[in-house]
Amino acid sequence: MHPAYSVILFTTASGAGYGLLALIGLAGAAHGAASSQAFAVTCLVTSLSLISIGLLSSTFHLGHPERAWRAFSQWRSSWLSREGVAAVATFVPALLFAYAWTFSGLAIALFGILSAVMCAVTVYCTGMIYASLPTIRQWCHPLVVPVYLAFSLATGALLLLAIAQVFGRDQTVQVVFAAGGLTTALALKLAYWKSIDGAKRTHTIENDTGLGFIGAVLQLESPHTSQNYLMKEMGYRVGRKHAAKLRRMVVLSLGGSLIFCLLTLTLPPALATAAAILAVIWAAIGAVTERWLFFAEAEHVVNLFYGRPAA
Amino acid sequence: MTTLPDTSKPGQKKLGLVIDLDTCVGCQACAVACKEWNTQGYSAPLIDDDPYGAEPMGPWLNRVHTYEAGEGAEAQTVHFPRSCLHCEEPACVTVCPTGASYKRAEDGIVLVNPDTCIGCKLCSWACPYGAREYDHNDGVMKKCTLCIDRIYNENLEPEDRMPACVRACPTGARHFGDLGDDTSDISKLVKERGGYDLLPEMNYKPVNKYLPPRPRRDRATADTQPDALQSMTTISGNGTLADRFFRWADEKLSD
Repeated sequence: MHPAYSVILFTTASGAGYGLLALIGLAGAAHGAASSQAFAVTCLVTSLSLISIGLLSSTFHLGHPERAWRAFSQWRSSWLSREGVAAVATFVPALLFAYAWTFSGLAIALFGILSAVMCAVTVYCTGMIYASLPTIRQWCHPLVVPVYLAFSLATGALLLLAIAQVFGRDQTVQVVFAAGGLTTALALKLAYWKSIDGAKRTHTIENDTGLGFIGAVLQLESPHTSQNYLMKEMGYRVGRKHAAKLRRMVVLSLGGSLIFCLLTLTLPPALATAAAILAVIWAAIGAVTERWLFFAEAEHVVNLFYGRPAA
Repeated sequence: MTTLPDTSKPGQKKLGLVIDLDTCVGCQACAVACKEWNTQGYSAPLIDDDPYGAEPMGPWLNRVHTYEAGEGAEAQTVHFPRSCLHCEEPACVTVCPTGASYKRAEDGIVLVNPDTCIGCKLCSWACPYGAREYDHNDGVMKKCTLCIDRIYNENLEPEDRMPACVRACPTGARHFGDLGDDTSDISKLVKERGGYDLLPEMNYKPVNKYLPPRPRRDRATADTQPDALQSMTTISGNGTLADRFFRWADEKLSD
């Protein structure tokens, strides 16, 4: 699948935003109003900006962004519509929580938990858009949604840790969430790669054309001499060596992020802050690379009609 | 509306195509007729960017592949037109977030509303058959309309009220009709020839059927040639110097 940069940016940025918002929602529910308004505002502006930038950037890859409002209508059947509805709906408890948490308002816990739940629901819907497609073996996989959730949590937790370090509000529990999130994301991703690499290729050109009863099938003539939309969008294939290099980069980035994250526990404040920021940067690199690979390693069954032997 | 209409009632009209892989000769007339018909009418025009240049680009609603099936003497060339199969349970309809992609309850035709489509391309990811292509000029998805603007069109002569591709096919490899009616000619054809679904395991329940190529009738004689041709294919060792030279050259070049 051709990796669309706007979608990669959207899912990683908004994923991090949702992760951060969910965690401050839970923090507010646990500890009440924020101890520092500057800290609270920074967290809220960061999370809501990331979410908004992500959502807006996703409309740029549309043929008709001015009609995007119509995408809220088919939530009964479409995961993409459900994601849109959930994303917008999340702003309601989020903004109410933002006010309550910053200015010691009422019902911090209620809005905090609601926000956290809605963040999870939105990220879940995003993952399901891909996981619900039977046409792409690598996406129609039970680990896809957990990976989306884990990356959202991990990147959000690292952002919280970094902001907390800057404001001197760091706590061990933040490191626990960040380290836990990173470890989970890494473990799930490795399990996912192992699974898709080892999975049986059930689609063959013989089965899919229905001509296998004659014998082995190969494409003699493409329907067209130049590429078409299908080949450009679905035909993209990343070389195995290239994918292997990028997978290593994901592992090293997440691993590096984990190390810097844990270092914040032992380093003096100024260095700990630097370490926390580096952890965010490394995780961002890892998340964007992972998302790029998620698209690039996807194989759509239409490729079989275009002569690919199996998928 | 992207929830699917209830098409379980008996006698439900299911309009579709039947493609005969045995008689298709890959002439591309159906593909051209479709592209041309759709320069006007529903969801038109189909952009044709840089048509004589290095990278022509634009959606076609029907594309014809050519495959070789089998090996050696058993091999058959099979031409394979591919267009929307107007499935009964198409995921391309249910994944659409705006409701632009829909299936008509009255005849089962699956369409894209070009006025409400946002061009998110998710339907093309959901379709295993590559039926939907993005028109980069209009910013919407386009697909076979089963010539909905021809089949009911009273401005056309009755014999032309069928999809352009079916009308254009010179070998009678394309058929149009109601596959929900067991008594229709097209349903009888499917039964008689063992018409099959593409990718049935996806559970999209495609309505279009493909008729498999018939077995080669010359399989038994593939290794032998008529006597009259035998003497032409071997160069005799005895003969003139020229004959013997050419035989030697032939052997050398055949290595």
